[in-house]
Amino acid sequence: MANVVRHRFFWPLLMLVVLLASNLIFTPDFFAVDVRQGHLYGSLVDIVRFGAPLILVSLGMTLVIATGGIDLSVGSVVAICGALACLRISELGDQNSVVGVLMAVGLALGLALLLGAWNGLLVAQVGIQPIIATLILMVAGRGLAQLITDGQIITVNSSPYKLIGGGYWLTVPFSILVALLVFGLALLLTRRTALGLLIESVGGNAEASRLAGIHARRIIFTGYVFAAFCAGVAGLMISSNVSSADGNNAGLWIELDAILAVVIGGTSLAGGRFSLGGTVLGALIIQTLTTTIYTIGIPPETTLLFKALVVTVVCLLQSPAFRAKVFGRRRKPPLPQPDREQPTKVEVPA
Amino acid sequence: MTAVPGTVANGRSRVLRPQQKYLPIFATLALLVLMYSAGVLRYDGFSDTQVVLNVFVDNAFLLVVAVGMTFVILTGGIDLSVGSVVALTTMLSASLLEERGWSPYLVLPLVLLLGALLGFGMGCIIHYFEIQPFIVTLAGMFLARGLCYTISTSSITISDPFWTSIAQQRFRFGGFFISASVVVALVVVAIGIYVLGYTRLGRNTYAIGGNPQSALLMGLPVARTRIAVYTISGFCSALGGVLLSFYMLSGNSGHGLGLELDAIAAVVIGGTLLTGGSGYLVGTVLGVLVLGLIQTIITFQGDLSSWWTKIVIGVLLFVFIVLQRAVTRRQR
Repeated sequence: MANVVRHRFFWPLLMLVVLLASNLIFTPDFFAVDVRQGHLYGSLVDIVRFGAPLILVSLGMTLVIATGGIDLSVGSVVAICGALACLRISELGDQNSVVGVLMAVGLALGLALLLGAWNGLLVAQVGIQPIIATLILMVAGRGLAQLITDGQIITVNSSPYKLIGGGYWLTVPFSILVALLVFGLALLLTRRTALGLLIESVGGNAEASRLAGIHARRIIFTGYVFAAFCAGVAGLMISSNVSSADGNNAGLWIELDAILAVVIGGTSLAGGRFSLGGTVLGALIIQTLTTTIYTIGIPPETTLLFKALVVTVVCLLQSPAFRAKVFGRRRKPPLPQPDREQPTKVEVPA
Repeated sequence: MTAVPGTVANGRSRVLRPQQKYLPIFATLALLVLMYSAGVLRYDGFSDTQVVLNVFVDNAFLLVVAVGMTFVILTGGIDLSVGSVVALTTMLSASLLEERGWSPYLVLPLVLLLGALLGFGMGCIIHYFEIQPFIVTLAGMFLARGLCYTISTSSITISDPFWTSIAQQRFRFGGFFISASVVVALVVVAIGIYVLGYTRLGRNTYAIGGNPQSALLMGLPVARTRIAVYTISGFCSALGGVLLSFYMLSGNSGHGLGLELDAIAAVVIGGTLLTGGSGYLVGTVLGVLVLGLIQTIITFQGDLSSWWTKIVIGVLLFVFIVLQRAVTRRQR
């Protein structure tokens, strides 16, 4: 039992189960999933489907945070990519042409990679603190997105583009498949190759890793490019789902939700330890929370209050200092450590 | 946030020689002068002193918020909750004054106390439970913004006589005027400069930002200081909210959206290192003025859309951060 409680996923999983179960009281058929007109329907499917962009952004954020960084610019990248793709598609003669849509999507994702490279360059090469380096793009990116859309909301009417965020493929919502694919790829690359270990090593101590022969800068750089790419795909999904691009509001505050998801999932904000599975759990918790608030009928405005509550509770539960003080563990709390110092890391999950 | 070790000045800035210590501030000052001269040369009526005073009038609340933010950033922390606390203050004041009919003499101290309390609570959690300031103040941001929406989702106009009389109060001299808010903001800045430069609390703030471990080993009151800076930031945000409600004469849940970014940008442009331990309030004042002047120039230009403000602020952030980086790196 003690082992189960101490497992990294115990608290997040318990949280998710409690949230889902609380829905059952208000909607008895909450867990029902059925197939209608060849499409998968149900509240659970909706949670994953609407949570897919957040899952994607959070996955990218996890790897960046694992290298000891943070990426505040993902929300702006979401807006820029959605705006650029929609602008290109709206300029097409035939909005339903698959080639044209693919070109637009490719262009938007290319821009996302470029923006990620910019972040990576600032952090890895110039050596600016990640939080400030990405703050630049977070502020300027919103302006750029509005520049692309010219302050308007661009609407498109394109069925191939609609597939990305709102369509179905083999009865499953396409966005879930995309999120799954990225999750699988990331998991494969980080846990079946040495890459994950290298990322954790760089996050633990970039200088020591460099001296040990790891290309620390290249790994940090790649982390930011990956995060921006994920944000780009999420941006396509969000704009495709509503068939429009809003430079001002698309992906607003998604970086905060993503960081929240990462933290709930048990990844240390200090870097050097990450869990992609935990992140997906975290993103699902946030999405379930939002859905629950809607289904129970609490005014949606109070979502933020619940989020505040969840963040506080989860962070307190994860804080060793809190557990030591409240639950009176035998283990003495570590000396009051400055929050910017690297805590000693002993736990290297396989 | 944790920076990549070995690439960030680990407190190196503290040993900068005096003339280099002030370099970021001089750079900001030079930029300000440059922007102002460009404005005067390009646009008619820009040279009017009232234009400069209006920058203060329009940004008095931001100035107060940025003072609080400077304290927090000097300790190496960050406070994301400021924008929401500003909104909560405007909302709470408007609701208590208009819908409950409370006396303004009761509402004013109450909202200020609430802001300070919020900051105090976040500071306690950050210090005693060792959770990153980023996350704790993020929760504070959600909490304050959520509370706003529970009060009301629509805007509440303030018509309270005390509030409107202060809002319309103008201090005139030689044909120019400033609002009461500007006076309050300047007093806050003066107090802030005094506290940071000449009191124990101020020196402790710098010490903790420079190296928390050393500060602790030296026997400095780390707990008290760290909680104090978040309390100060909470109080300043609430005061900023009050000033904003004077300026807008309304309470709105959407007030101060993204204000935390402006405040952080002002502090960074003002030459304060986000790693903590180095920076001056004077720089923050200049940073706020730079942001205000950008908006003024864009207004004068007329044909530029508002989103150019964001792009220009982003570019300036980039330039100043690279400059800071160059200055600290040269010390190696």
